[in-house]
Amino acid sequence: MDKPTKQFHVRIQKALNDPQIRANFRRAMDGLMAKRAKVFPDPGELERLRDLGAAVRRNALARLPELLEQLEARCTANGIQVHWAETVDEANRIVLDICRRHSARAVIKGKSMVSEEMELNHYLDGYGIEALEADLGEYIVQLAGQLPSHIVMPAIHMNTRQIAELFADKLDDVGYIEDAEELTAVARGILRRKFFDADVGVSGVNFAVAETGSLVLIENEGNGRLTTTTPPVHIAVTGIEKVVEKLEDVTPLLSLLPRSATGQNVTTYVNMISGPRREGERDGPREVHLVLLDNGRTRTHADPDLRQTLQCIRCGACMNHCPVYARIGGHAYGTVYPGPIGEILMPQILGCEEAGALPGASSLCGACGEVCPVRIPIPKMLVRLRREAVDNTGASPVKGAGAQRSFAEAAVWKGWEKVHASPALYGLSMRTASALGRLPALGPMKTWASVREVPKPAEKTLHQQLAERGNSR
Amino acid sequence: MSTARENILRRLRDSRETGVPVPRDFAVIEERRWTQDEAVARFTELMRAVNTEVHETTRDAWPAKLVELCTAKQVARLCVAGDTPVGKAARAALLETPIETVAYNRDFEAWRDELFFQVDAGLSTAAGGIVETGSLFLITGPDEPRQLSLAPPIHFVVLSRADFANTLLEMLRRHGLAAGMPTNVLLISGPSKTSDIEQTLVYGVHGPKQLVVLLTD
Repeated sequence: MDKPTKQFHVRIQKALNDPQIRANFRRAMDGLMAKRAKVFPDPGELERLRDLGAAVRRNALARLPELLEQLEARCTANGIQVHWAETVDEANRIVLDICRRHSARAVIKGKSMVSEEMELNHYLDGYGIEALEADLGEYIVQLAGQLPSHIVMPAIHMNTRQIAELFADKLDDVGYIEDAEELTAVARGILRRKFFDADVGVSGVNFAVAETGSLVLIENEGNGRLTTTTPPVHIAVTGIEKVVEKLEDVTPLLSLLPRSATGQNVTTYVNMISGPRREGERDGPREVHLVLLDNGRTRTHADPDLRQTLQCIRCGACMNHCPVYARIGGHAYGTVYPGPIGEILMPQILGCEEAGALPGASSLCGACGEVCPVRIPIPKMLVRLRREAVDNTGASPVKGAGAQRSFAEAAVWKGWEKVHASPALYGLSMRTASALGRLPALGPMKTWASVREVPKPAEKTLHQQLAERGNSR
Repeated sequence: MSTARENILRRLRDSRETGVPVPRDFAVIEERRWTQDEAVARFTELMRAVNTEVHETTRDAWPAKLVELCTAKQVARLCVAGDTPVGKAARAALLETPIETVAYNRDFEAWRDELFFQVDAGLSTAAGGIVETGSLFLITGPDEPRQLSLAPPIHFVVLSRADFANTLLEMLRRHGLAAGMPTNVLLISGPSKTSDIEQTLVYGVHGPKQLVVLLTD
């Protein structure tokens, strides 16, 4: 993948000029926004539920080290083997080692954004292990050799015709069928066998409960249940922030997540796993592993404001409501997590050098913050991360801070500051602008003006006009 | 690996600004209540809205209803629990019919091909029903293993309306699950579904294509 920052503008241009992408996203986002609005009919209830959801997440982050230790102890007591990884390399290595211990050749996967963060499929492939995505959207994206364009609906950038063409092209004995139901049946048939052949199932985790040592997974298709039930080994990968203190804490989050994400009251399946097959049980994996991944999260946790990023429950409502995301789509960002949450998360994971430009891709309209079910102040954090990206004080907690700083931009603002701090210079600049009659279309202004009207200064400055009016009175 | 563990925990401890627990007020969930009549109506409506069949019946009449439905759906082989009241009643009712019952009394590995490809339906018992969301609450275990409600294309569930709870919160409290969780606890709200292809809703992806609830008194 290209570095997110590099080529970001190029990818945005490309997406904006692609009528198919524009149409696919517009349609999907409009639908998702309408569905969400419908399942939250009572604004008062929604706000109280958001308060509770945010409190649950904030509590978990305030007590994160203790809760992780408790989670580890309870999971271990339940027979779940817990592993810790500071980096994606370490996490991949842990998964590979488990696979090798079981001589695994094939891995079946439930949908997991953390495994995308790890680029696990690619990694395992390098060691001759096939990792196949079982979520229909992920399967489509994998078949196309692409990455997800949305964290909840990975193949949302494609329409039925494109998927029909893909299936006809990539799958043996499958013709062109432009019908969602039949395409789903084709995938079901192929994947059912694959659940059988898989030696290991890999899934993500929506919530990990410290109190009981339970992993909570939600989904609609049943692929998550099959992944965590059928193969003899189940490996769950998750970020360290997904822990909650009490079992009861999952109830408000389960009430918020599917409604915010897809406008469903509840997902078809809520799967709470608290261990491998126990004595006397007839099925379920013989081994369950939990991999806890840091990958920059402890650094984010260190800053009380940035920490709020970790409250995220990955519903995708912020991207569904983002006017920028709806127009450029998920791939333009070039990062695992796109949209507003990606814009604040990725600079913290990858550093400002690679991803420092992302927070700029926002009009700061505030929609993301208004719909966030756990009250992450995303617009405030976008501004904060824009500042971190050009911060040259050396005191910033963000990796690669200052990487986006440009001498020219800094000089312009320095000049602006000087002019506005001096009445004489200010008056002179205003009179000069009025006298010129127009602002010069140079440098960045030229690009800006290519699609906009250049503001035209009035013939006389406000001071002059008021002075004249005062005289005539 | 223990190094990673120590490093992560040390950084979190160093960084921690405050370890003060944040109070959580569950009233917004606890206030959600329905009367018994409302509960049945709401549960049924929500379940049907996601393509679930709900049949109102009684504790004595449900086995006959099961036979009727199996016949109508051309179920030739039905997988049932080995040794539960529901399993026994179903076996007794189906004894005189051409429908064969298969008890899930072996390890999955011993018959996984058969279970996946030669069983038409599974029958299980719901530990409860959640009125708020129209969800079945299932606790799997030795008698009713996980695949019973997952692998066969049709899933029949017997649910008593005496086991309704208003919310998941109430259900978790009723079963005292915070003190210890069974291996696998499930909420099931409809047959398996997807809308990954252009937002078009399709039922029956990886899990059961049909969910049938026999709602007893």
